[in-house]
Amino acid sequence: MAGTQNAPRSIVTTESPLVRWLLTAIALLFVALFLVIPLVSVFAEAFKQGWQLYLAALIEPDALAAIKLTLLTALVAVPLNLVFGVAAAWAIAKFDFKGKSFLITLIDLPFSVSPVVAGLIYVLLFGAQGWWGPWLAEHDIKIIFAVPGIVLATVFVTFPFVARELIPLMEAQGSEEEQAALVLGASGWQTFWRVTLPNIKWGLLYGVILANARAMGEFGAVSVVSGHIRGMTNTIPLHVEILYNEYNFVAAFACASMLALLALVTLAAKSYVEWAAARQAAEDRRQAVE
Amino acid sequence: MSIEVRQINKRFGDFVALDDINLDIQTGELLALLGPSGCGKTTLLRIIAGLETPDRGSILFHGEDATDTHVRERQVGFVFQHYALFRHMTVFENVAFGLRVRPKHTRPTDAAIKQKVHTLLELVQLDWLADRYPAQLSGGQRQRIALARALAVEPRVLLLDEPFGALDTKVRKELRRWLRRLHDEMHITSVFVTHDQEEALEVADRVVVMNKGRIEQTGTPEQVYDQPATPFVYQFLGDVNLFHSRVHEGWAEVGGTRFAAPEAGDKAVIYVRPHEIDIQRIATDKALAGVITHVRLLGATVRLEVNVAAGDPVEVELTRERYTEGRWSVGEAVWLSPREARVYAG
Repeated sequence: MAGTQNAPRSIVTTESPLVRWLLTAIALLFVALFLVIPLVSVFAEAFKQGWQLYLAALIEPDALAAIKLTLLTALVAVPLNLVFGVAAAWAIAKFDFKGKSFLITLIDLPFSVSPVVAGLIYVLLFGAQGWWGPWLAEHDIKIIFAVPGIVLATVFVTFPFVARELIPLMEAQGSEEEQAALVLGASGWQTFWRVTLPNIKWGLLYGVILANARAMGEFGAVSVVSGHIRGMTNTIPLHVEILYNEYNFVAAFACASMLALLALVTLAAKSYVEWAAARQAAEDRRQAVE
Repeated sequence: MSIEVRQINKRFGDFVALDDINLDIQTGELLALLGPSGCGKTTLLRIIAGLETPDRGSILFHGEDATDTHVRERQVGFVFQHYALFRHMTVFENVAFGLRVRPKHTRPTDAAIKQKVHTLLELVQLDWLADRYPAQLSGGQRQRIALARALAVEPRVLLLDEPFGALDTKVRKELRRWLRRLHDEMHITSVFVTHDQEEALEVADRVVVMNKGRIEQTGTPEQVYDQPATPFVYQFLGDVNLFHSRVHEGWAEVGGTRFAAPEAGDKAVIYVRPHEIDIQRIATDKALAGVITHVRLLGATVRLEVNVAAGDPVEVELTRERYTEGRWSVGEAVWLSPREARVYAG
């Protein structure tokens, strides 16, 4: 994340104006084609038939239910992964133990597995024909095709974001400040709240923002476990798909525009956090250099 | 408060960091743990602090076993090599930290904390930096803030890990004199780790010379410098010339000059410091013939490198005056005779 904006530009690595102009143009053209035009078209389609229809599509009961479920899912999944991410990063960065590299690999698993497979794992475990299906049915607990399944799938796919962000940061910071706090009489808990957490807050926030964006936007894994019951187990992405398949384009794009908006907000928040973290990193570096 | 180190052993995997260390540290003294990197001195310091646990042995604080006391309860002040100041706190908050984390019933009031912190900042002469962040301080200032932070909890023992290691020479010299004065005022039992023999000899009341996880010698700066117990101590505490010799009837010799040799063995190694060698232009049978190959000016002293027929080149140190008087130059034939030497069985 740390920028190299202060590094002096060497004459050796500077290209001629023509090459620079050409490269910039290609990059901008690409961005326009694949990012800006689709984004604009989402909003254009959503507002095609005016404000009223746009709003109506959002406050319709099934849409509201989808929004609520999406928020609920993020509200459960993100804090869970925050706690897990901090704990895992703390363990990995500050201690040496057997199976450490195995744990790091495990944390990366959700990145390397297709979300659909992730969803299927839960169907296999909790579904009616799954391992624990009969036992769950006996006790009248519904996980697959219900909210718990959606939350589980979301927790799985957003698993790595916070930990992945924190591990390199905490490894770089070392544990001397924590040791200093302990020598000064602080308890483990005080050390965490007063020393560790303030030092990692920007990295943590960055991870949380990314995890949140993924939690709200996840389609594949959730689609497998959800069952697509309208007004019950549809998140916003699933709702968009259903509307689109029913040729209800305005409503589909209206709901999609919310996800697009979420993406924009995420980008803005992410940029701010990156900026703040870079500033802190620059200060840390200055401290380390002197 | 006195510290007793009893039969401490520590391994990291196959590496023996500390091998049966015994050490008594008197109340109020300033002790240096001196040795090359990897000799175990920092590990010993961290074990005394409670940041590391020994595999065997015990640490006694004032006669009481503190081996199993958690670092939090040991009431030690520890100054880390890279200071480990809390980067997100101001200087004031850094120093106040140890007071703020106390349990409610022993925690001083805000006013008392404020007063205490300012007193400490005045003691380290940095009261005007209270609102700065560590990143805005120079290395020497950070060092003193780290010391103030350690002193805030009124430790029974002060432990410093390479306290001047990361500073440039001039600041380092200022700070070590300042530390010595501070210690003379406060009389807190202090142990510091260093690899710089000059620093240890100048600052400490007693020096513990360590090598490969063992203590080579313990003594006052004069004792370890003038009466080194082992060849290692002799070599570590200053530059040295080595001569190998056979022992004849209890005498070893260097170019005709004889020195009493230890009883054991028929071979001896003779150590002579560069400033303990006389150099002259007149050939005598009791001197070592050689040719000057290098002259190095080191401020107040001058080093001559002299190639001799057998063995390594010999270093001779002269004062600036004697060098100028003698007009020594490269390529000259000279004769060397050691005034003093220490002889160990080879």
